[in-house]
Amino acid sequence: MLKKSLLLGGVFALAFGALTGCSEGTSGQQQAGGSLTIVGSTAMQPLVEEAGKAYSAKNPNVQINVQGGGSGQGLSSVMNDTADIGNSDLFAEEKSNENIDPSQLVDHKVFVVGFAPVVNPDVGVDNLTQQQLIDIFTGKIKNWKEIGGKDLPVVLVNRPESSGTRATFAKYALKGNTEFRAKGGIEEDSSGTVRKIVSETPGAIGYLAFSYIDSSVKALKLDGVEPTNQNVCTNKWKVWSYEHMYTNKNGKNSKTENAFIQYILSGEGQALVKKMEYIPVSQMKVERDADGSVKPE
Amino acid sequence: MRAKVTDRIATLCFYLIAILIIGILAGMIGFILFKGLHVINWDFVTEAPGSVLTGGGGVGPQLFNSFYLLVLTMIITVPLGLGGGIYLAEYAKPGQLTNVLRLSIEVLSSLPSIVVGLFGLMVFVQYTGWGFSLAAGALTLTVFNLPLMVRIVEQALGTVPREQKEASFALGVTHWHTIVKVLLPAALPGILTGTILAAGRVFGEAAALMFTAGMSSPDLDFSNWDITSPVSPLNPFRPASTLAVHIWKINSEGIVPDAKEIASGASALLVIAVLIFNLFARWFGRLIHARLTSTR
Amino acid sequence: MTLVSAWVLIITLFSLLYFIASKGIAPFLHGEVTLADFFSGNWGPSLSAEQGGPQYGALDFILGSLMVALGSAVISGPLGIGAALFMTEIAPKAGRKILQPAVEILVGIPSVVYGFIGLTLIVPALRSIFGEVGFGLLAGIIVLSVMILPTIISISADAIHSVPQGIREGSYALGATRWQTISGLVIRVAQPGLLTAVVLGIARAFGEALAVQMVIGNTADLPFHLLKPMSTLTSVITLNMGNTVQGSTYNNVLWSMALILLLMTLILILAIRFIARRREV
Repeated sequence: MLKKSLLLGGVFALAFGALTGCSEGTSGQQQAGGSLTIVGSTAMQPLVEEAGKAYSAKNPNVQINVQGGGSGQGLSSVMNDTADIGNSDLFAEEKSNENIDPSQLVDHKVFVVGFAPVVNPDVGVDNLTQQQLIDIFTGKIKNWKEIGGKDLPVVLVNRPESSGTRATFAKYALKGNTEFRAKGGIEEDSSGTVRKIVSETPGAIGYLAFSYIDSSVKALKLDGVEPTNQNVCTNKWKVWSYEHMYTNKNGKNSKTENAFIQYILSGEGQALVKKMEYIPVSQMKVERDADGSVKPE
Repeated sequence: MRAKVTDRIATLCFYLIAILIIGILAGMIGFILFKGLHVINWDFVTEAPGSVLTGGGGVGPQLFNSFYLLVLTMIITVPLGLGGGIYLAEYAKPGQLTNVLRLSIEVLSSLPSIVVGLFGLMVFVQYTGWGFSLAAGALTLTVFNLPLMVRIVEQALGTVPREQKEASFALGVTHWHTIVKVLLPAALPGILTGTILAAGRVFGEAAALMFTAGMSSPDLDFSNWDITSPVSPLNPFRPASTLAVHIWKINSEGIVPDAKEIASGASALLVIAVLIFNLFARWFGRLIHARLTSTR
Repeated sequence: MTLVSAWVLIITLFSLLYFIASKGIAPFLHGEVTLADFFSGNWGPSLSAEQGGPQYGALDFILGSLMVALGSAVISGPLGIGAALFMTEIAPKAGRKILQPAVEILVGIPSVVYGFIGLTLIVPALRSIFGEVGFGLLAGIIVLSVMILPTIISISADAIHSVPQGIREGSYALGATRWQTISGLVIRVAQPGLLTAVVLGIARAFGEALAVQMVIGNTADLPFHLLKPMSTLTSVITLNMGNTVQGSTYNNVLWSMALILLLMTLILILAIRFIARRREV
């Protein structure tokens, strides 16, 4: 019995070995053909995919694979070298309490996204002060009539705790107020779902990247400032973040990686950024670092 | 008299339950088809998803991926499932090993697919270094498809009349020969129907694939049949999003202008595929059954 | 040769147990989280140290999973067993011709599609009926009860089938009506099988991820109100797995939740075995 099972174990191991061996062969060939694996932020995925298609059309020997998975997955994959480029909505520094060592990574800021609070068109409010916004998201304001809107209860539509968008929104729109787990809210992972829920639910408020805002929801002014790309460029509208593509300092494909990132930063790539209603980095009149301090003031 | 009335009422209730369930099913399928059928045309079924900017395009590669992943999974599952089923039905003696085996089957087949997906992520995606790939997806699906398959084969073998087997033994045919020549052919209709129904489940799986086969497909060149090329649709080590995963993705990151249409169209397509699987399984099972019984 | 498959199955199960358990236990072994914290209701991974965070209490989600699973079993159990009785006792022909195929199609409908229907049909309906947000326990229970129906129906039908025909005939001979026969004898004899069916249904509901996540609202709240958003273990895992960095405490805690799902399946399967053994005695 024992002998038999040992033998079988051996067969199994061999079969498994053959399988993995075969895979190494193929992945080796993929590298020769020049293939990039890009993993991370789902918010960045559509743009990077689009850029990848355009890039491969120009450079047929380069294959670009773009996977979602989220910013955390992007950063950890590039850290342990299972991906060539990690897309992230946040600075690696902001995730450094989560086992990420920013000193091993190279940051490439490829474009800028503005975020705005959005409400169901029926709430009857189109401007909020920042304090009102904080009070809404921390649960102090429970009905829209308290701030001059209709008599509708406030329904919060949040992103999950770990989401980059939520972190940006908490940091810049709510002044670092992370305690906004007001009870009775809804949490959804993706911009599309948030938009759908806000547009259908009376009294709902959420937050979305500018590019997701359409006529089904209403973007709010904050202290009288309109959420527009122009206002983001001058930092008059403060709720925005860089979108990062991180590479590993010891990455094995650094040549191809850099060529692709340079392409996104080139005129052609940034034209695509504009077309998708994001903001090219070159248009920013200010610079902001991981701590949130802005230069020039 | 009271007993008779109660009996009537109870019968009525049973009919209502049956009607309710049929109603739910019909309602669901009707709803999906009503929402999505008008989106489906030849281009939608064959073309790649359009650019994010313009929308349009179809779900061609996703549909192909779904089928290809199914084929890959079945290549792994069917031989192993046959082996396991035959072992349990014919060779297994009551004992510790059989006991552990049965427990394994029961646990594996009712594991939450997300747990299996995470396991796949850790072992087949990261540990092997394949990254998100069809191979990782197929192996992950095997984890909960194999126990199902084993059970199907075992049950199908169990329905073969004892007399057939004993007659074969009486003629001096060896056990293995009896299995191959007598039992398997007799159990074939059951095995096939079960397999096709299991295939339907693989076809619609999403939670376990998001972490293993990936959420997007590279640009495929359908004229490239070199299995090692990264743009070949046949390369098992390329990432692939299936139809079910695509619906999930489109629903959530709906940045494409026509996301709603694509999601409803793809859902309708998926339901149609499931319906076809079912009808096909029935028809095929009956056909084989007729063949076998008339020729013997 | 046939043994290979048997070993593959066993090895798969044990490696699965090993991998998930080793990742799931890690945060407790390294002292990042204590068991008491994990089983508390304080969830706040992004809270700063001054606010008393980060907190990794998963109690809300564990209870959430239990509530949706039990809730859907309460609806689906009687319906499923009723349908199984219809198929076997009342109208075997219609059952085999209509209900059986319907059940098989229900099994095949992907969970994404169930979620899609829940999101576009059930949530808005609940919202307009009750005036709340629509997302919540009730929406989850409704979607899940349909999803687990096929499991319950097919296993209970098998159980009822295996009730010896003689028992029924004896009952009719004594002048009992069909309902008296069903309620007094068939159900009682088939009881262990019916229990198994319901438990397996619960197991499936407990582990379902995508469809549930789309309709329950996903707030870290105790799940004791039918119309208020809540979370389950699976929904928290799907929402946060990708956003967190591997090896971080937050990510590890998600693996611990996966381990709980795994253990729950094991417990339910053992429960079924216990039920089956009692039947043999």
